[in-house]
Amino acid sequence: MNGILLQLFQDTLVVLVAPILLGWVNQCRAWLQNRSGAGVLQPYRVLIKLFHKDAVLANNASPLFRSTPYILFSSMWLAAALVPVIATDLPLSPAVDVIALVGIFAVARAFISLAAMDIGTSFGSLGARREMLVGFLAEPALLMVFFTASVISHSTSLVTIVETLAHKQFMLYPSLAFAAVAFVMVLLAENARVPVDNPSTHLELTMIHEAMILEYSARHLALIEWAGAIKLLAYITIGIALFVPWGIAEAGDWGALPLALVALFLKLMAAGAGLALLETLSAKLRIFRVPEFLGTAFLLAVLAMLVHYLLGV
Amino acid sequence: MAFSQQLINLFAALLLLIAFAMLSQRRILSLINLFALQGLMLSVSTAIVAWSSHQHHLYYSAALTLIVKVVALPWLLHRLIRKLDLKWDVETIINIPSTMLVGLALVVFAFNLALPISQLAGTITRSTLGIALASVLLSFLMMITRRQAVPQVIGFLAMENGLFFAATSATYGMPLVVELGIALDVLVGSFIFGIFFFHIRDTFDSLDIKNMENLKEN
Repeated sequence: MNGILLQLFQDTLVVLVAPILLGWVNQCRAWLQNRSGAGVLQPYRVLIKLFHKDAVLANNASPLFRSTPYILFSSMWLAAALVPVIATDLPLSPAVDVIALVGIFAVARAFISLAAMDIGTSFGSLGARREMLVGFLAEPALLMVFFTASVISHSTSLVTIVETLAHKQFMLYPSLAFAAVAFVMVLLAENARVPVDNPSTHLELTMIHEAMILEYSARHLALIEWAGAIKLLAYITIGIALFVPWGIAEAGDWGALPLALVALFLKLMAAGAGLALLETLSAKLRIFRVPEFLGTAFLLAVLAMLVHYLLGV
Repeated sequence: MAFSQQLINLFAALLLLIAFAMLSQRRILSLINLFALQGLMLSVSTAIVAWSSHQHHLYYSAALTLIVKVVALPWLLHRLIRKLDLKWDVETIINIPSTMLVGLALVVFAFNLALPISQLAGTITRSTLGIALASVLLSFLMMITRRQAVPQVIGFLAMENGLFFAATSATYGMPLVVELGIALDVLVGSFIFGIFFFHIRDTFDSLDIKNMENLKEN
């Protein structure tokens, strides 16, 4: 019973915190660019505004186009709910391992790409093709990062990985350092952040994610934006779980929960600020340089595995 | 596993990471900075080896590395490219993603090659021998795939870094006399390279060594 309550608490938490995290990243970017920024609650204001509008659909929109925002939102929510964020003993966690998690992201990507091509506008199919290009290059790198962590902890279950890394005696893992760099690169590519895609552009030559969702409006757009924020949160919490899991509450340890919440809050703040710094420092890549960028991520992830076997840690 | 050994492993991995970063780098200026960073990693890891194995002569070689490879050589190279007025793109013979894949194959090869050797060595750093060998081969690959003279020289110097690391990890370093000699050689060598650069540029108006093929008699 306690486990289910905890699961529900975590699921509500990730959905409610995700827009604030996005707002925090945007706020940090604004500060770094010497602007005052719109505040951390701005994504919520945008969501409320969008939910109050009337939806407009193209005449030739199929049911796929209508249902995609809901599929996207629920699959991102599911992904975020499966990551051990504040405690390791959640009833949903044994249901899937990291490979299934990659699969959930792939389902969301397939649906948003299909929906983008559904209307038949040129921007939609352009965005969908670019998204698939980025996705098929990022996925193997992400899997290799997960495999490195799995080899260290002898399990593909995220909970076991976190428990092994957080509660064993402290050790330096050079292989995880490589994997972390690769993971950050995949995170930037998958969440449409700056070196690969610019989340705040509508310039037809460069946009990827924005091109796919051009046809959406009102509540559909709100759900997609919200799903994007949850995806960012899910990726960051996966990164936290793999590379800095310290502070997470152990199984059945209710007293550690407040501490785990504070640790999570601090880690998310730091990760958001770091992401904003990375985005401010780097320039957007040409689309033809993206395969090189993600190829490097894959290479680093493979190197992580090799270094693990050579050094034995 | 002792904490100092974990630290050495970490620095070895960082050395390999920098070797790959140099392989993928397009700008000469960043290449020099990466070279300086690699020297710093080398110096710190040598100091840790010295501290954990109580080999006092390694402190001197760490200091020597710091002075020669982190301060003197990058400063010389920076001055050189400022005088030659070249800062931007480096041309490569094969494109960078393929170079990286070749590099990955080299790393696998080096790791396999080093495995039987490192089992013979009795040092605490023996597992890093594969990484040292890999960074030697990667620097060699960089020399092969670059068309211009300055990146080739940086590749040569980075190769020396890898060799130095290999010596430290297999046998706790060479005798101090040998190390002093090598450091002096590298320093004098890069002076001579600098003079050569000016001569090459005066003769061909560029630093692309492809032009040197014209010197052959037909």
